[in-house]
Amino acid sequence: MTANHPIDLLRFNTCGSVDDGKSTLIGRLLYDSKSLMEDQIEALERSADITGGGQINLANLTDGLRAEREQGITIDVAYRYFATPHRKFIIADTPGHVQYTRNMVTGASTANLSIILIDARQGVIEQSRRHAIIASLLRIPHLVVAINKMDLVDWSEERFLEIKDQFEEFLPRLDIKDVKFIPVSALQGDNIVTLSAHTPWYPGPTLLGHLETVHIASDWNLNNFRFPVQWVNRPNNPTDQTLHDFRGLSGQIAGGIVRVGQKVMILPSGFSSTIKQIWTLDGLQEEAFSPQSVTLVLEHDLDISRGDVIVDAEDLRGASSDLHAKICWMNPRHLTPGKQYLLKHTNQTVKAAVTSIENRINISTFDKEEGITELAMNDLGEVRIKTAKPLIYDGYAMNRLTGSFILIEPGTNATVAAGMLLPPTEVARPEYRDFAI
Amino acid sequence: MKSYHLDHLDYLETEAIHIMREVAAEFDRPAILFSGGKDSICLLRLAEKAFRPSDLPMPFLNVATGHEFPELIEFRDRRAKELNAKLIVRTVDEAIEKGTAVQAPGQISRNQLQIPVLLGAIEEFRFDCCIGGARRDEEKARAKERFFSFRDSFGQWDPKNQRPEIWNLYNGRLNPGENMRVFPLSNWTEMDVWEYIKREKLEVPSIYFSHQRRCVRRGGQWVPDSDLMPAKANEEVKEIVVRVRTIGDIISTGCVESPASNCDDIIAEIAAARVTERGSRADDRVSEAAMEDRKKAGYF
Repeated sequence: MTANHPIDLLRFNTCGSVDDGKSTLIGRLLYDSKSLMEDQIEALERSADITGGGQINLANLTDGLRAEREQGITIDVAYRYFATPHRKFIIADTPGHVQYTRNMVTGASTANLSIILIDARQGVIEQSRRHAIIASLLRIPHLVVAINKMDLVDWSEERFLEIKDQFEEFLPRLDIKDVKFIPVSALQGDNIVTLSAHTPWYPGPTLLGHLETVHIASDWNLNNFRFPVQWVNRPNNPTDQTLHDFRGLSGQIAGGIVRVGQKVMILPSGFSSTIKQIWTLDGLQEEAFSPQSVTLVLEHDLDISRGDVIVDAEDLRGASSDLHAKICWMNPRHLTPGKQYLLKHTNQTVKAAVTSIENRINISTFDKEEGITELAMNDLGEVRIKTAKPLIYDGYAMNRLTGSFILIEPGTNATVAAGMLLPPTEVARPEYRDFAI
Repeated sequence: MKSYHLDHLDYLETEAIHIMREVAAEFDRPAILFSGGKDSICLLRLAEKAFRPSDLPMPFLNVATGHEFPELIEFRDRRAKELNAKLIVRTVDEAIEKGTAVQAPGQISRNQLQIPVLLGAIEEFRFDCCIGGARRDEEKARAKERFFSFRDSFGQWDPKNQRPEIWNLYNGRLNPGENMRVFPLSNWTEMDVWEYIKREKLEVPSIYFSHQRRCVRRGGQWVPDSDLMPAKANEEVKEIVVRVRTIGDIISTGCVESPASNCDDIIAEIAAARVTERGSRADDRVSEAAMEDRKKAGYF
């Protein structure tokens, strides 16, 4: 089977309601890529006989919770998996109506690519714009606009181009570089896995063909080394004497590449050191890159703990306790300025308060509405936050992992907001800049 | 040129290691649920990857039904010893004796009875977090499960009111008495698990591979013939070459007729099961395997 081995992994999200054909599209991808098990197909065929008038209802694949089946709705983000000989895929499938923004943000946060479904009869509607705006805010690198139900507009190239123009009209306001338009019929399978005979004017690729080949190797930041220390690795009673003085710093590389011999600085302290070893269970490595999980050993035995950040000595990052961020509010209790929350950023949790709401982003028009006193569930807005201690961070546009945070409500411990940091205005000022070792 | 890009197993691995370390850093008394099954075998390797060269900073917990395959118990104990880890075993038998688990009349399966035993162990050792090997691809409802799955003080999951999980930021905060279940393999599929076992050269209990076994035809599948639930006169009993695909109680674990005797064979078998043409009945084995796959495993 090695020849057929999936080589890498693409995460994408879909969003929409049953009437957009979203569930049908996912069902079609799973079905046509032969990712369904026999029993799932049997179940579908059985339900088709009963309710679908002989036609398989691919949407039946997606609703898993009892309450969802009872009410015929999708409640939450669901994750689905399939693989082709070229790639493995994780789909974050989010419902279109209930809790739209909150779920979309959740599903989009880990996606390389987002599929926007547009009904060819309706063209670009408010929901398409909202979807594109959220994808842009979350910095999903790749966008696919699947213009669906082409069979219902007689496979008209003119209609396809018209919708493409509508969409491209507001693209300049967004920050998405890679957009692909594909005419499809999810129901009949045209241009999903095989090229359609109905669209000779469309040169390809098919949707699956695009998902299999879109270039994702550059989606991680490999330029700016960032290593938030997650766990201090210090063997207690090592039987191996060489490990007696072992003091490793374990974590996931949040950005860039690290090499043995590299000069680094530890923030916020400002201690300098050099990478002595990159320790893994599979042996010592000469270099490692984001998002690998490794254990770093430094030349010097320094006081370093969870939440500290190791960066390249020549590439300091921003630090501040006054944050400017875009947030998505996710809780039924509104955000009111002044209230205290806990803020989790990389590997540390600090006390924080939202000092002011600067605006609310209208996700249909992308306009910023000012004079706002509170943010409600599913609202997006720009806020100022004060933290009890300075955070060392990047702008979200530069690094998703070091530029994001969540807010937690003390007491209930609910996750109430997802935040994307705007770039810091000043670089870190180490506490002991002149500290010499 | 060197590629700075992870393949899918590397990606799943680094994601899981990150989660393991978050547990070690954020919880006071975590445990790893280790049954000796294939998923929890992967969990142990990920724990080694996350925490070595230190000792694993959490004990292993097994909730045993008393109806396990003997091969599984032997493997469980040996593996824990090899890893120099503390293994805690709590059994349904003890719980029945103490009266904390009560068997329904006529009920032979002990799957349900594991729940009070697990909750009892959590209380006894004051575990605030249990790492489990459950995967989202196992079952439809599980597709909505979180990596960090919050349980209230009665151990209950409320699927409609879950904490959103965004980026790699996990909210592990608890009030006293509450508990977290953490599933580092959430994004893994059955195929990924076997590919990882192969890549990491992990030992698994022998019953995963093809062997000769006396089986009883029951409920449309072959189950091991055991003293716990002897074959009735009208049931077909046959000596066949089988393997198990998921391991549960000896009385309810379906055996799949299969000649797969190593990881490569199993990977090929799973791949074949997935590419079976719609509706075709190429052979019964595939359809039985699919049926087996649907079963909810063990604790969750």
